[in-house]
Amino acid sequence: MLRSSQPLTGPNRKRCREDELLLGTILDEEERGFIVDTRSAQVAKQARMTGGGTEPKSSYPRWRRLHRPLERGRPLQESFTKLVEACNDTSISMDRWLSRLESSRWLSHVKAALSTACLAAQCMDREEASVLVHGAEGTDTTLLVTAVAQVILDPSCRTLLGFQGLLEREWIEAGHPFHLRCARSAYSHARLKQEAPLFLLFLDCVWQLSRQFPFSLEFNERLLLTLFDNAYASAYGTFLCNNEKERQVKESTLSLWGWLNQPAERKKYLNPLYSANALVIWPSVEPQSIQLWQGLFFRWIRSSQYLDEAWAEIQQLVESS
Amino acid sequence: IFFLQVENVRLLDRLSSRKAALGTLYLTATHVIFVENGSETRKETWVLHSQISSIEKQATTATGCPLLIRCKNFQVIQLVIPQERDCHDIYISLIRLARPVKYEELYCFSFNPKLDKEEREQGWKLVDLNEEYNRMGIPNNYWQISDVNRDYGVCDSYPREVYVPKSATAHIIVGSSKFRSRRRFPALSYYCKDNNASICRSSQPLSGFSARCLEDEQMLQAIRKANPGSDFIYVVDTRPKLNAMANRAAGKGYENEDNYSNIKFQFIGIENIHVMRNSLQKMLEVCELKSPSMSDFLWGLENSGWLKHIKAIMDAGIFIAKAVAEEGVSVLVHCSDGWDRTAQVCSVASLLLDPYYRTMKGFMVLIEKDWVSFGHKFNHRYGNLDGDPKEISPVIDQFIECVWQLMEQFPCAFEFNERFLIHIQHHIYSCQFGNFLCNSQKERRELKIQERTYSLWAHLWKNRADYLNPLYRSDHSQTQGTLHPQMAPCNFLYKFWSGMYNRFEKGLHPRQSITDYLMAVKEETQQLEEELEVLRERLANLQKSQLYDNEVKSKQQDRSKQLGPSTSNNSLANTPQEYSSDLKSFPSRSPSQGDEEDSALILTQDNLKSSDPDLSANSDQESGVEDLSCRSPSGGGCLPSEDSGKDSDEAVFLAV
Repeated sequence: MLRSSQPLTGPNRKRCREDELLLGTILDEEERGFIVDTRSAQVAKQARMTGGGTEPKSSYPRWRRLHRPLERGRPLQESFTKLVEACNDTSISMDRWLSRLESSRWLSHVKAALSTACLAAQCMDREEASVLVHGAEGTDTTLLVTAVAQVILDPSCRTLLGFQGLLEREWIEAGHPFHLRCARSAYSHARLKQEAPLFLLFLDCVWQLSRQFPFSLEFNERLLLTLFDNAYASAYGTFLCNNEKERQVKESTLSLWGWLNQPAERKKYLNPLYSANALVIWPSVEPQSIQLWQGLFFRWIRSSQYLDEAWAEIQQLVESS
Repeated sequence: IFFLQVENVRLLDRLSSRKAALGTLYLTATHVIFVENGSETRKETWVLHSQISSIEKQATTATGCPLLIRCKNFQVIQLVIPQERDCHDIYISLIRLARPVKYEELYCFSFNPKLDKEEREQGWKLVDLNEEYNRMGIPNNYWQISDVNRDYGVCDSYPREVYVPKSATAHIIVGSSKFRSRRRFPALSYYCKDNNASICRSSQPLSGFSARCLEDEQMLQAIRKANPGSDFIYVVDTRPKLNAMANRAAGKGYENEDNYSNIKFQFIGIENIHVMRNSLQKMLEVCELKSPSMSDFLWGLENSGWLKHIKAIMDAGIFIAKAVAEEGVSVLVHCSDGWDRTAQVCSVASLLLDPYYRTMKGFMVLIEKDWVSFGHKFNHRYGNLDGDPKEISPVIDQFIECVWQLMEQFPCAFEFNERFLIHIQHHIYSCQFGNFLCNSQKERRELKIQERTYSLWAHLWKNRADYLNPLYRSDHSQTQGTLHPQMAPCNFLYKFWSGMYNRFEKGLHPRQSITDYLMAVKEETQQLEEELEVLRERLANLQKSQLYDNEVKSKQQDRSKQLGPSTSNNSLANTPQEYSSDLKSFPSRSPSQGDEEDSALILTQDNLKSSDPDLSANSDQESGVEDLSCRSPSGGGCLPSEDSGKDSDEAVFLAV
């Protein structure tokens, strides 16, 4: 699986020998590849006007392009804000709640993200084909897809350490601009242009997977919540800045992973039901299978006491066995 | 003996028309059976006629004549029959078979679990309501048992034995019954011995605009007096105010606070059976959508209003439980006839108040008390016999869902698990057991149900190991005292119950059951502890002999083969659903037989195998699928190895 940003085809349909060669060498003799473009066909085509574009079939004959538009940027932030507003609105009656939830479109975005990641995973696992994922910049929806696809495909990404490695690779080193994306979150009135909860969407997808495959992830919901918190405000330097170049902070800050992986801390993030599963985990993306992440969105609204007690019971049962 | 047998029928899968199975369809006196052709695993799908809710013949296509069977347990079966004439024959036969006219046609009268007469009798005695009222502390200074209805002479839909306030004489009871719709006078449903508050139930008074009845007023006073700790009672009318008011024009209505001393009247609007029937219908239409978007689904669900109704019932139960537990005030509940919404609301309130009803036995008692004995019209509501379609309504289904919603909020509070609820719902419609036949205790006695059929409770009790909640501990804080569900804003706490309404769509559910795994862990721990005890005793007793050492070693070997997390991995080799239609043009991998869906089902069946060994001897009611080759007790031969799981997947190419 590869990721990149969009090719700079431009209005004059520029070509680039090196780029074509690079993609050519990836494929074996008879092999074909897929390009998963996270923009709609129309948007991708329009991008040519501003210097971007798509890989033309004639130049990349052995690559088949699939468009799977995923929301990002301002609309995604709006979606997030609307959802949080709906969750906090104590005046909604039961006969309006679901349509309010629906009008935020958040769950639709989760479904789309999961479906696209599954598609990429399917290309690799079922078709045994290589996959190139890109959107426009290659820093948002691209990373969402590649990261979720790896959780689906690769059991090592489902371990606590493996997941950290995945985050390092696919989000931090890959240059997701955390500083811009996670500036203020949902309660702020300032509608910053660059703000968008892609990372949260990723965490939500992982949570959906943990719900559908409760034995397959070594880490628990608490880890996901902690990551969410730290992406926005952290005592550690891990999610600071926008890319590696800016992030010359290793000398002056501590790593979140260092803290998380201490034995005393670590065990708080472990899933007591975990049992290493070497197989691919294919989630259902039917609407009934995708649920609102209550642990995050209602975190401060309703008590999690009873669910926490249940997990404590589970922990005890498993430990005493 | 088959009435009809048709070859080359295809059974379609809703989520993937690629997974159509080819086989033979059989019609018997009690079931529709589809047997899949070929392969070593003769997969069978059994459907009881009683479960059939509707049959739809769809337009003939090039491939054949489609027939859609919708079941009351939400299974939807789509068959394609090659010949129009066969399809027509099946259709006509099923219409007749699914609408019996006599009780004797029902399965419970032919079902034979091979128990002797005494076992059958014992089964019926498992739940004893007298024992239950004793447990509550009755009879006592305030409440007594009355035999005024011993021949069903006062109210034919009430039980023979009713519990009434000490100061309610037979005269008062009879007088009050004449002033109540269907003669359903106020009677005791639940008594709280800690504070003497009670929940009583009745039907609406025949008050019209201005009618009064001294005895009825005295009856309510008697209820109040039976609770010295409070100087008033609540009267809760579970209908919307408008409906109740409209009833006055028909000579019925509700209690006027001016006429009944010391009552506080309260409407808690729950819609009627027609609204609920339509609500369910709309929700099921959403479930049948092919590849709905999130938007379609959420809009459809909201449009059906289903969760809103569930919440309304729950809110009513919470109100009553609060009145009893926190205010110490007695409550009289009624709706129109006092056998639908009243039953729902009283049983929800009881469940919240008393931890006993959250145990397996207690839950059976609760249903026996508030639904069976108090004359909920099972026959009319669930269509045992062919009847008026306007009487059909998912009343008890809603109650069962309320319980599930509570289980989701309080995972440690119930001794039983989701499967218990699903199986109970299944059997309310299946007519395999006699508990839920007819419309009243009187009718059941006349039909001699207990001598001619078997009790579901005994069957469930026998298999209770499958229905336990591993997180339940009787000394856990969640299991003590009253449950306090969070009130507003708690709209979001109501989830769509896909385990019930998409029960048979295996692809939708988490592949691994936490409940089953934890139960296995718990059992294993218990067994190990027991064996440890045994070993300790032995050590303490004698000098070691060679024989003794060998015995210990072989036991340890057996234990290591038990069900543990590694077994459940095999069920994870799941197939991806169709994420894209765009992969079509690429060369497909050859489809093979027996994809993991089957092996997961087989594994599930092993888990469930013990819970319904006698369900017509073959079918696994959970999935409607039976796998004959897996009936061996060990079931070990059916589990696929991890490698074969991967290879046998079909590639998935369908147009979405």
